[in-house]
Amino acid sequence: MKKFRYASLPFAVYALIFILAPLILIVFYSFAGPNGGLTLEHYKAFFNFEDPVYLQVLWRSIKVAAVSTLICLALGYPMAYILSKMRPGLRDTMVFLFVLPMWMNFLLRTYAWMTLLERTGLINTLLGKLGLGPLDLMYTQGAVILGNVYNFLPFMILPIYNVLVKIDSSVVEAAQDLGANRFVVFRKVIFPLSLPGVISGVSMTFMPAVSTFIISRLLGGGQQALIGDIIENQFKVVGNWGLGSAMSVALMVLILAAMNVARKYEDENAGGNVLL
Amino acid sequence: MKKVKKSPVSILYSALIFLFLYAPIAVLIVYSFNANKSRGSWGGFSLKWYQSLFEDGAIMRSLYTTLSVALIASLVSMVMGTLAALGMYYSRRKVRRLLNNVSSLPLVNPDIVTGISLLLLFTFLGFKLGYVSLLLSHIAFCVPYVITSVAPRLYQMDRSLFEAALDLGATPSQAFFKVVLPEIMPGVVTGALLAFTISLDDFVVSFFTAGGGVSTLSMTVYSMTRKGVKPEINAISAIMFVSVLLLLILINLRSSREAKKQKQVRR
Repeated sequence: MKKFRYASLPFAVYALIFILAPLILIVFYSFAGPNGGLTLEHYKAFFNFEDPVYLQVLWRSIKVAAVSTLICLALGYPMAYILSKMRPGLRDTMVFLFVLPMWMNFLLRTYAWMTLLERTGLINTLLGKLGLGPLDLMYTQGAVILGNVYNFLPFMILPIYNVLVKIDSSVVEAAQDLGANRFVVFRKVIFPLSLPGVISGVSMTFMPAVSTFIISRLLGGGQQALIGDIIENQFKVVGNWGLGSAMSVALMVLILAAMNVARKYEDENAGGNVLL
Repeated sequence: MKKVKKSPVSILYSALIFLFLYAPIAVLIVYSFNANKSRGSWGGFSLKWYQSLFEDGAIMRSLYTTLSVALIASLVSMVMGTLAALGMYYSRRKVRRLLNNVSSLPLVNPDIVTGISLLLLFTFLGFKLGYVSLLLSHIAFCVPYVITSVAPRLYQMDRSLFEAALDLGATPSQAFFKVVLPEIMPGVVTGALLAFTISLDDFVVSFFTAGGGVSTLSMTVYSMTRKGVKPEINAISAIMFVSVLLLLILINLRSSREAKKQKQVRR
């Protein structure tokens, strides 16, 4: 059976070329100087505290992602709690319904909000019928946050639900028998037990939100550029691959660090395969 | 535990969340049948956007690219991923862990980093961006999904089954095709369907690795949205929504059928 070990060889080779080597190349390009040789200039340009244009964008990305994540948590936790209390048959259908819109191309989902928020869109048309003036809903930070919440809310609901649904009901009963009311049971028993799900929900929402570049482009216009937008810009428009690579490395490090922190607290079952 | 009664508040709350998730998609689909070009007013039922969609050469070409890439990528990933999972199952722990970590990289890295890293690779190698680079990139992020759905199947399998087949005189390859493969087949098929859906849905990686001449459906939609809102996009949305719905129902039916089968076996 040892022969079967070699079955993973094709993948090992493929992964070496198309997964590992590309990541090493990013790191390489981020240090590569103009005439060969190594340089720190790309990182200096990115972390330039005198003229912090890029750092401001990074800060904005983190802020927008954090606000989006908090809104997802506030909206998603009650929903996950309600789901976990449903009877099993109905519950599975409901979970399927939550997963479904996530599978629709996220570009189209974001585009859907464009058609709703535009000055001639549905919301402004309806407001107009009520005699209210057209509002500038598009190209605001609010629109970007809305786009994030819309796209990533299911990523928050599902991991929390997965943990809540596995909480042993006898623990809750014990607390009730000991005289705790519903509020105390929630605060002292259910919420602490659901924390692993909350943490994986937060990381699964924050990470795509902090690195997105389409949502901000379509809903935020030029003024609301996020770190993903300026990375894309460095590669597709400006052609400064060194700076783009340095920004990608910074983003990767930020996310891997966040993942590591999250993983320490995460329940192994909470994060895995929430999609299906 | 005392069953919490379905309070009107929780029903209302669920309804609002569903409205939030589905209303935008529903609006798109409804407007795909609107005879008027502007979204402000309803001009009656019409299929003309679907017609102009199918007459649009660029869209149809990108649809063909998307489907063929998804099909080839998912088939290649299915074979490579299944073999990888099998090899990892029989490997030493260290090797297994290493391969597992590597295969989880595309899952945890932001898409934009995956896309850019592949762009750098192709440029570095002097490989011309186009259909082939697009396909190779899709395979790279599809294989891990196959591995993650095949691996649990292998661990559920009774290890002695394979040895029993060998004892009964089967060659290792016969034992694999007649005993092991049927056991893990459900995971293999689910993994391939998952890979197909992920490939179909991808925009970011394709955007960086397809080059100028080739375009997937998502990329075509992106360039259309940049020129403003076009009613044909509504028609694409409706079609894509329905196809993904059908695919997902297929995947879910398969897995629930299996769950039932497993229950029967255990009994």
